[in-house]
Amino acid sequence: MKKRVRAILAFLLSIAEGAGYAQQRFPRPEFESGYVQPAPELPAPRWLPLEYLDILVLVVVLLLASRFIFRKRSRKAILWLSVFSLGYFGFYRLGCICAIGSIQNVALALFHPEYAIPLTALAFFVIPLAFTLFHGRTFCAVACPLGAMQDLLVARPVKLSPGVSKALGFIPYLYLGMAVLFAATGTEFIICRYDPYVGIFRLDAGFIMVLLGIGFLLLGLFVARPYCRFLCPYGVILGWMSRFSKRHLSITPAECIDCRLCAKSCPFDAIEPPAPAQPLESRESNVRRLLVYAGLLPILVVAGGYLGSRAHVLLSNAHPDVRLAELLATHPEVKDDPDNLDVQAFLSSGKTTEELAEAARAKRNEFYRGAMILGAFMGLVAGMMLINQVIFRRREDYEPNKSNCFSCGRCMDYCPVGKEPWTA
Amino acid sequence: MGKDKIYNRRDFLESGMRLSLALAVGAVGGMAIGKATTEDWVWQIDPFACTQCGRCADECVLSPSAVKCVHAFDLCGYCDLCGGYLIPGANEISTGAENQLCPTSAIQRKYIEDPYFEYIINEELCIGCAKCVKGCASFGNGSLHLQIKHSLCKNCNECSIARLCPSDAIKRVPASSPYLVKGGFVEPAGS
Repeated sequence: MKKRVRAILAFLLSIAEGAGYAQQRFPRPEFESGYVQPAPELPAPRWLPLEYLDILVLVVVLLLASRFIFRKRSRKAILWLSVFSLGYFGFYRLGCICAIGSIQNVALALFHPEYAIPLTALAFFVIPLAFTLFHGRTFCAVACPLGAMQDLLVARPVKLSPGVSKALGFIPYLYLGMAVLFAATGTEFIICRYDPYVGIFRLDAGFIMVLLGIGFLLLGLFVARPYCRFLCPYGVILGWMSRFSKRHLSITPAECIDCRLCAKSCPFDAIEPPAPAQPLESRESNVRRLLVYAGLLPILVVAGGYLGSRAHVLLSNAHPDVRLAELLATHPEVKDDPDNLDVQAFLSSGKTTEELAEAARAKRNEFYRGAMILGAFMGLVAGMMLINQVIFRRREDYEPNKSNCFSCGRCMDYCPVGKEPWTA
Repeated sequence: MGKDKIYNRRDFLESGMRLSLALAVGAVGGMAIGKATTEDWVWQIDPFACTQCGRCADECVLSPSAVKCVHAFDLCGYCDLCGGYLIPGANEISTGAENQLCPTSAIQRKYIEDPYFEYIINEELCIGCAKCVKGCASFGNGSLHLQIKHSLCKNCNECSIARLCPSDAIKRVPASSPYLVKGGFVEPAGS
């Protein structure tokens, strides 16, 4: 009983002193029964050297990929290597860390002085790009767990018309631009949030993401690698690198015999048939079109920038500060809504509405610049796509499109050259 | 024929582009490496910024959440009438389920000596709803508080709870000091 009185007294005293220190409301008792206080269980995070092991695994996988593609020319080896990556980076590492998401870490690091990027994230961004610059998109074939999963599920690929492919191919650029904009403004990481496959690796996700994941898997049965071709923002950068890569997978080990087997084997429509020696239309009209498109390019860039700047208000509403400031300005009555957690947390934080509005305005200005650059970038992409329509490249053989080819090696398997039964 | 190694205009343009792309990647990587750390980062809740809104239970990519209640025993008053254990206006001070604040009965109450009781969190049952944290902060010492358990956390690139935390209480902390447990971790000055 005495102790209880003492505790209450101490409580009253602490209030009387006006210490107001919530933690010390009830002092820690002095136990007489020899009670030993337990320590809270605080398990350590993943061991740091294991993070560096991930980088090592990535490099080894990419080195092996180059070997399998250029020396062994074996689809089987590539397939098994991709299964390993699916297991390691997908189901063991649960899709985090991944090169696609690392775009956002790099963007955040470049624009936010207080964010320090982990070396592993930077390595996962740079290493696949460097490899692609030399050997094509081998990363997509063997190291990316998302790619590996989709590649395994290609069942009945349908051929998409080139127009549809080109139009859908615009989406990754937009996704890349938005991801960089949102990451650079510190808004959110949309690539990670809307990754349809990470829920499958974790066997746990929200309802919408489960639907999206299953939807993509089903779609992937018929449209091969739907995420890689029509969404992946990292694929855009890899495509740029691959287009100018020093070496690239070659379909045939020797002379192409124009048998068309490879073009049929490619589920991604990435193999281009031989092009005639002359463009279909006359050279003059081709040059005229090129000039028109080249003239159109700056107009598209300016128009894109203008449209982007018009969209900045809409885009900036993705930022929580802007959204909250907007809500408080338009619906001041939410201050009395006890269920609105964001508003209540803001009110109890002691910040004034003016401070919040000021922060939101600064953020919106960031978005104004960012959205303008994003729009201009999209204009540039559209212009370059037009120009690519008229740039004529002569091809004598069936060749992979260097920027779209994932180096999966199916075509090598199908190429009959050097596999004649009488030579075996 | 195509086999002849003639260094033509197209090859020149291609290697030029390759060089510029390599320089671009190098520049981006170089700018970023100036801000890189060899340290890894993990997510953790600042217990002094937490407003016990309850989103940690719902917004984690894991179900149940990787956020669990941690008991900072250093600060506990070992009260009989525990604001974190009992619902306000409980019928009696007992371990009866109807008297417990915790929706999953994850807090174990153990008699030590008169009039003190020890409260231990059963991590298996805890869902990180922060109901006890709110009770303890309102009526007690605030020794119960939420932490992200790194044995469970997948360390997502962007924590999905952090994105929605109304008080921005979840931040990246160095993996070498991955917990912000009250007692050891004190409130930063000026906040």
